[in-house]
Amino acid sequence: MEAPLADVWVYLSASPLAALTFTLIAYQIGLALARRARLHPLVNPVLIAVALIAGLLIATDTPYETYFDGAQFVHFLLGPATVALAIPLYRQFDKVRRSAFAILASLLTGSVTAAASAVGLAALFEAAPETLASLAPKSVTAPVAMGISDALGGLPSLTAVLVILTGILGAALGPLVLDLVRVRDWRARGFAIGVAAHGIGTARALQVNETAGAFSGLAMGLNALATALLLPLLWRLVF
Amino acid sequence: MLGALTVILSCQLIGEILVAASGAPVPGPVVGMVLLFAGLMVRGRIPDALARVGDALLTNLALLFVPAGVGVVLHLGLLGREGLAITVSLLVSTLVTIAVTALVMRWSLRGDGGPTDVSVEPAKDEDR
Repeated sequence: MEAPLADVWVYLSASPLAALTFTLIAYQIGLALARRARLHPLVNPVLIAVALIAGLLIATDTPYETYFDGAQFVHFLLGPATVALAIPLYRQFDKVRRSAFAILASLLTGSVTAAASAVGLAALFEAAPETLASLAPKSVTAPVAMGISDALGGLPSLTAVLVILTGILGAALGPLVLDLVRVRDWRARGFAIGVAAHGIGTARALQVNETAGAFSGLAMGLNALATALLLPLLWRLVF
Repeated sequence: MLGALTVILSCQLIGEILVAASGAPVPGPVVGMVLLFAGLMVRGRIPDALARVGDALLTNLALLFVPAGVGVVLHLGLLGREGLAITVSLLVSTLVTIAVTALVMRWSLRGDGGPTDVSVEPAKDEDR
């Protein structure tokens, strides 16, 4: 009885099909729960899906590399999706052009605040140097952040996890913070979420309001650019 | 449909090639986004097929972060050791960044014909 079942598992874990299917199932469970909670920001589908799959990998003693071999087909689509952000940006371009100065000012402030506050706080708690370098680009979209982290002496795979946790936190708690500081303008709300919480924040902003989504996507792209250019220079000055 | 996907992938590919050739510290897909945007400006409108493919990708944007997020299993030891530092840092930094960015943006948007714009709606709608 036991041998055939194990054989099936060996077969499944050697093919990308299982990892791909589990990724889609776990995300749809997350999505269903989020809809049940009427899109309450604290019920985040990415967090639920990650927890389900991580739990499954640990329970079955499956290496992450085996999972990623299959899941990379989903991961790959991050690139084309980033390119596609040009579409909401084009639809909203009139609003973007009229706020060019505000965009530049808040981009620079937000970009520096994100990196400096994360590194400063972790340093206060005496985190290891490689943890600090992995944290610095945490508000930048995953593929770019991993490159920056590598350049600073961090661990790119740890950075990917910290980036995604940041995105989940920003998407979940961002709306509450924005209500607290009473910023109601969709342009400012979207831009702030995009600077702090990259693609995961943008995914949520797109669900809520198209203007917020466009400004969030723009903020994510500009922040990736600004952080990639500025952070390595600042890092050398400080450390 | 296939044509639209080809356009998107071509923008990304050209972006990656430009980045590799110039050594610029900018991600290829972001350059691809700029290229697609420039193309739309030249064209003057969004072709229907491109809008459909783009919207399909962006509707499911959150799903695309799941595989990298599962990488958390590689770092459970480190996250356990430095859990407090990482939790406080991520939480406080993210919330402060959102508040500061939004306030600077609101402050600098003043006098641009401003927040009486149609884009302003009650904040309550955010949480639906």
